[in-house]
Amino acid sequence: MDEADADMWKGTPLFPDSASTMAGRVDALYFFLIVVSAFFSVLIAGLIVFYAVKYRRRSPDSVGASFHGGMALELTWTVIPFFITIVIFVWGASVFFAMSRPPDETLNIYVVGKQWMWKFQHLDGQREINELHVPVGRPVKLIMTSEDVIHDVFVPAFRVKADVLPGRYTNIWFQPTKPGRYHLFCAEYCGTRHSGMVGEVVVMDPSEYQTWLSGGAPEGSLASAGARLFQDLACNTCHRPDAQGRGPVLEGLFGKTATLQSGETITVDEAYVRESILNPSARVTAGFQPIMPTFQGLVTEEQLLELVEYVKSLQSLPPVQTR
Amino acid sequence: MPDVTHHPALAHQFDSLAQQSEATTLGMWVFLVTEVLFFGGLFATYAIYRGWYPDAFAAASHELDVTLGAINTAVLITSSLTMALAVHAAQLGQRKALMVFLAVTMILGAAFLGIKSVEYYHKFVEHHIPGPSFQFEIRISPNDGGNPPGKLADVELLKAHVQIFFSLYFVMTGLHAVHMVIGIGIMLVMLWLAWRGTITDEYYSPIEISGLYWHFVDIVWIFLFPLLYLIGRHAH
Amino acid sequence: MSTGTVFMPPRHYLNDGYGIRSWLLTRDHKRIALLYLAAVTLFFFVGGAFAVLIRLELATPAGDFVSDETYNKLFTMHGVMMVFFFLIPSIPATLGNFLVPIMIGAKDLALPKLNLASWYIYILGGLFTLYALIAGGVDTGWTFYTPFSTVSSTTNVIPTALGIFITGFSSILTGLNFIVTIHRMRAPGMTWFRMPLFLWSMYATSLIMVLGTPVLAITILLVAVERLFHFGFFDPRLGGDPVLFQHLFWFYSHPAVYIMVLPSMGVVSELVAAFCRKQVFGYGFVAFASVAIAVLGFLVWGHHMFVAGQSVYSALIFSALSFLVAIPSAVKVFNWTATMYRGSVSWQTPMLYAIGFIGLFTIGGLTGLFLASVGLDVHVTDTYFIIAHFHYIMVGGTLMGYLGGLHYWWPKISGRLYNEFLAKLSAGIIFLGFNLTFFPQFILGYLGMPRRYHAYPPEFQVLNVLSSAGASILGVGYLIPMLYLMWSLRYGKLAGSNPWGAVGLEWTTTSPPPTENFAESPVVTWDAYDYQTTVTVES
Repeated sequence: MDEADADMWKGTPLFPDSASTMAGRVDALYFFLIVVSAFFSVLIAGLIVFYAVKYRRRSPDSVGASFHGGMALELTWTVIPFFITIVIFVWGASVFFAMSRPPDETLNIYVVGKQWMWKFQHLDGQREINELHVPVGRPVKLIMTSEDVIHDVFVPAFRVKADVLPGRYTNIWFQPTKPGRYHLFCAEYCGTRHSGMVGEVVVMDPSEYQTWLSGGAPEGSLASAGARLFQDLACNTCHRPDAQGRGPVLEGLFGKTATLQSGETITVDEAYVRESILNPSARVTAGFQPIMPTFQGLVTEEQLLELVEYVKSLQSLPPVQTR
Repeated sequence: MPDVTHHPALAHQFDSLAQQSEATTLGMWVFLVTEVLFFGGLFATYAIYRGWYPDAFAAASHELDVTLGAINTAVLITSSLTMALAVHAAQLGQRKALMVFLAVTMILGAAFLGIKSVEYYHKFVEHHIPGPSFQFEIRISPNDGGNPPGKLADVELLKAHVQIFFSLYFVMTGLHAVHMVIGIGIMLVMLWLAWRGTITDEYYSPIEISGLYWHFVDIVWIFLFPLLYLIGRHAH
Repeated sequence: MSTGTVFMPPRHYLNDGYGIRSWLLTRDHKRIALLYLAAVTLFFFVGGAFAVLIRLELATPAGDFVSDETYNKLFTMHGVMMVFFFLIPSIPATLGNFLVPIMIGAKDLALPKLNLASWYIYILGGLFTLYALIAGGVDTGWTFYTPFSTVSSTTNVIPTALGIFITGFSSILTGLNFIVTIHRMRAPGMTWFRMPLFLWSMYATSLIMVLGTPVLAITILLVAVERLFHFGFFDPRLGGDPVLFQHLFWFYSHPAVYIMVLPSMGVVSELVAAFCRKQVFGYGFVAFASVAIAVLGFLVWGHHMFVAGQSVYSALIFSALSFLVAIPSAVKVFNWTATMYRGSVSWQTPMLYAIGFIGLFTIGGLTGLFLASVGLDVHVTDTYFIIAHFHYIMVGGTLMGYLGGLHYWWPKISGRLYNEFLAKLSAGIIFLGFNLTFFPQFILGYLGMPRRYHAYPPEFQVLNVLSSAGASILGVGYLIPMLYLMWSLRYGKLAGSNPWGAVGLEWTTTSPPPTENFAESPVVTWDAYDYQTTVTVES
């Protein structure tokens, strides 16, 4: 798609590229709102100009007609906008639901923002800076955190955006529909070189993507790096697969529901695993003592991601890579 | 308005002393609403963090001196009483009594600040002032299994949350103390007005609205005391 | 309705003492209004100068005119100056201060000393901020998001924060004074529903000032304390939550938008009535719409944080509430338009501003629907779309209303008339320049150009050049009124007490009014905007 490349850097577009499954839905709502806005703007402006001309003051002493209002009119222009806003609200809410609910099967990529660059980590171990390669046609989920201040991942062509916060995970998902190179911006002001914290999302045909993937993974997959770290930090002395350790068995745990000491149940997700590493005593699994130390300050954000990915990779069955 | 009824204390923009007094009283009430929201931001912050870190807050609260806090509470409640008596004396036009009650109120206010600064001094000596030099000894119940390197780090995390408590403690009580200092300043002005004879049984609204302010500052403390000093009591 | 013989009253508030003390120690609300007018005009031009530099930088895609550090300081100081030192005090502290007592038939505000104190507090806050500027500026954005502002930024955050903290008290005191005055100082017969709509909007504005500002004050104070003493409140490394800061900040700063626009709506109600010589259509609805906007404005702060990691459900609630604010705003626009129907419509300058306001506010309000709609907000928030939207509200709305009001009441304030031709010309220039500056930014925003960018991809250049060209036209449009208004002070024709043939208590007293506002305390027996009953116009 040389044409797409050329278009992106030349000429003046008036409308952004639409390159994800979400783009069409957002654009439809946008056009609907433009129609509504144009209708009311023209209506108001037309009436004002019409009245200003038709009822212009013809003698210095003339005064306006004597009437003060009308209940029917007031109700009309209260109720009609009310129903229009309900339509917009429901429409906008449904788009937002779709944005915040990723499909079950996603290609997960970890993102770490720091002043002023983006670091991407693929599950197979590839690391990229300010450039993100993804295949066309597959839903991709970005799991994001920041090393310092608040950043924000924004890919206009996909119509998605989310803040990237220090100390917690946020995520967005998108499904690219068109190969090409698209802008990636930091959309939350983050300091001096904020406008330099930009990159590109490279959407590739699946076959090209496979080629790119196999091009280089010097450090092995993310999960295997996590496995090494799991050994190095001696996590495996307590978290043993045979249920004999002092900590819970992690195999097959991810995505399941766990019961806490307090009696409440939670879903084991990235955020919970992360919290359990950094602040283990906050939410302890039922049947275990709060004896695990915190690793706050001992592991970097990137190492945390490796550990989380390792925990995710631990299936109940022996972890055999099928691919 | 005919000039015969013109009271020396009546400002030019008002028609009568009654209107003037209603206006200034309403003004003070509106100001107190502002104050409620001013402290409200802090109370909201407190509520959120206490919800997140109940254990750290209980442990930190345990370090505060309940005896001194309770004495201070009693001092402030008494000062509210003397303030109310001062307003009453002003309404009756009893100038001497008014001056005495105002002076007692001021002394009680100053006593509160004195005790508060003793508490602050203790916190300073114990390195409980948040920041780089902050120190805090966690007394954890001995039921946990040993895990030396981790235990240290775990304590660090709790310490961070304890620091949030102390940060809130110093900002909330500090702002309250600033309000007390301003209150004592206002009492000083009132004392001067009373001594000059400006305050009469016809014109006592300055005393009234100063009283409103004083009571408000006391009420803030009535909330601060249990929220800061007493939450650790039932935990141990 | 004749304006009678035109003369300059022998005794009025402007010749009641000439020395510097008679101004700096005055308790006359009209003189304090002029002190504020001078100060906000100064800050407006300082803030405007920053805007000029910003638009110059953005004329080319590369960051070549100023460094990125400087650029960040420019947009921060532009925002701080314009929001806290111009837009918030603009109408309330100048026109409001001048008119609230006169419109209700009082001699002054209830608390004149407090009124003067509020001006000094404002100036003190302004000096702190100017100091921060001279000492090297500040680069956090006017929103002061943590942890950047408390941990990362190396600029003068604390002096700026103190400046805003201090200035906050001046708007609290102004709001307090208006509430007390409107409650307690109305002339005999001036019931709540006989009040001009400007007073209703001042009252609603005052409520927000009194209820919202203290929360901002404490939040800014916590930022300063965290930065200065390393007390942990918002820093995640100390267990704090940076998003909590955003909640506290927007709890004030969203209602603050209504502090800025409600007064302007009040002005427009006056202008439309006066220049159509007709009662505002649906007076009660317009009055209650002001109060409704003030109340609802406190419930929608979360719509600034749709992408900041709040839960899906709280986002939906904030989205729904935000749409509710649209209703009273729409009601006002429809009522103003209906007021023109069968009116006697004059095309004098203030009416041009009123019409400009209605048009631009309509666009600003409608694009607000794009942002309240949460699925669409995700794409356009933090882009130039939002910049365009709030400039349509704050510049297209507030500033148009402010200039319209200034032109309408200028003869009352100064006793003299300005050059009508120049005034119409500059109103036209401002309208065109404004649209050329900000309309392209809607398109830029949807294209995805993020806000606060020092350099941008080259395909955005054409639209940015249009915007910069518009800004220079707009700048000229703002300078012309400065000149002819100053000129009119000395050489303008005498205005007489009622040059527009308008009703309202302010037009029953001389221009300029005497220090005590009325020769004789008025007694009100008519409704607002009663153009049918002949009202005796006293000179």
